Amino acid sequence: MTFLFYIMAAVAVLAALNMVLQRTPVYSALSLIVVLCALAGVYLLLGAEFMAVIQVIVYAGAIMVLFVFVIMLLNAGHETPSHRSIMAKWLGAPLIGAFLGVMLVVIWNQFPSTSAASPKHLDGSPAAIGHLLFKSYVLPFEVTSILILVAVLGAVVLAKKEF
Amino acid sequence: MKRQDTWIESVLFYSDSWLLTSDSWQPAPDSWDLIMVPLSHYLALSVILFVLGATGFIFRRNIITVFMCIELMLNAVNLAFMAFSRFLGNLDGQLFVFFVIVVAAAEAAVGLAVIIAVHRNRKSLNIEEVDSMKL
Repeated sequence: MTFLFYIMAAVAVLAALNMVLQRTPVYSALSLIVVLCALAGVYLLLGAEFMAVIQVIVYAGAIMVLFVFVIMLLNAGHETPSHRSIMAKWLGAPLIGAFLGVMLVVIWNQFPSTSAASPKHLDGSPAAIGHLLFKSYVLPFEVTSILILVAVLGAVVLAKKEF
Repeated sequence: MKRQDTWIESVLFYSDSWLLTSDSWQPAPDSWDLIMVPLSHYLALSVILFVLGATGFIFRRNIITVFMCIELMLNAVNLAFMAFSRFLGNLDGQLFVFFVIVVAAAEAAVGLAVIIAVHRNRKSLNIEEVDSMKL
């Protein structure tokens, strides 16, 4: 069953690559939806069924739909070629590659594959998360509800045509 | 000695007290233990996605694509949280992912409203043209 993780990981990386390289924003948005669903599959393989479903419903199903609405509202179309210097690309890309290499080396040394760290038993059911959310984390929960209210108000005010 | 529930807890969790006393309330045997993917693989995937998001964030010129690369970076961090939550046996990591998703939703709403306002004023979605606060 471990091959499922590698399939999901490959799908996620390919879709993320497509998202970064596409010229049209709509195709980028659709690729990001594929990434989100692949990550939801990885969460499912981690035993976190609640978070996987939340990821699909909220992230891929609400946030990305909002993105696609705005892309179509603003008629984003295609992206024009850059007027910036080519030097930025030629200098920046190898540095990013070097950063990626360093991070992978650090991870490989820090968490060896052969170590005894095995996945612990974890109950990812909604009941367990609900117990934790409403007992220990009830204050952040209430604060995020206020945050969402403020965000909705802010979005309405910012996007109004005229006052 | 079990701590006495507060009144709100006794109200909220009244319904499953009968579940707790029954014998069938056992945590299910964890079938996910069959999946033996080492932690470093999850973190490697997280880092790759994060670096791809950062690359897109730096090099793309459409505001909406840049915003989507931010979301990709947030998802990479979410994956790292989930992997550690599983490997440490602590459910707090998944709660953090929950809050990150909620905050990302609020941020997406406000950010897209800002993008709409910017587009209305400058008629362009190119970040190279949105480089000053003055029109």
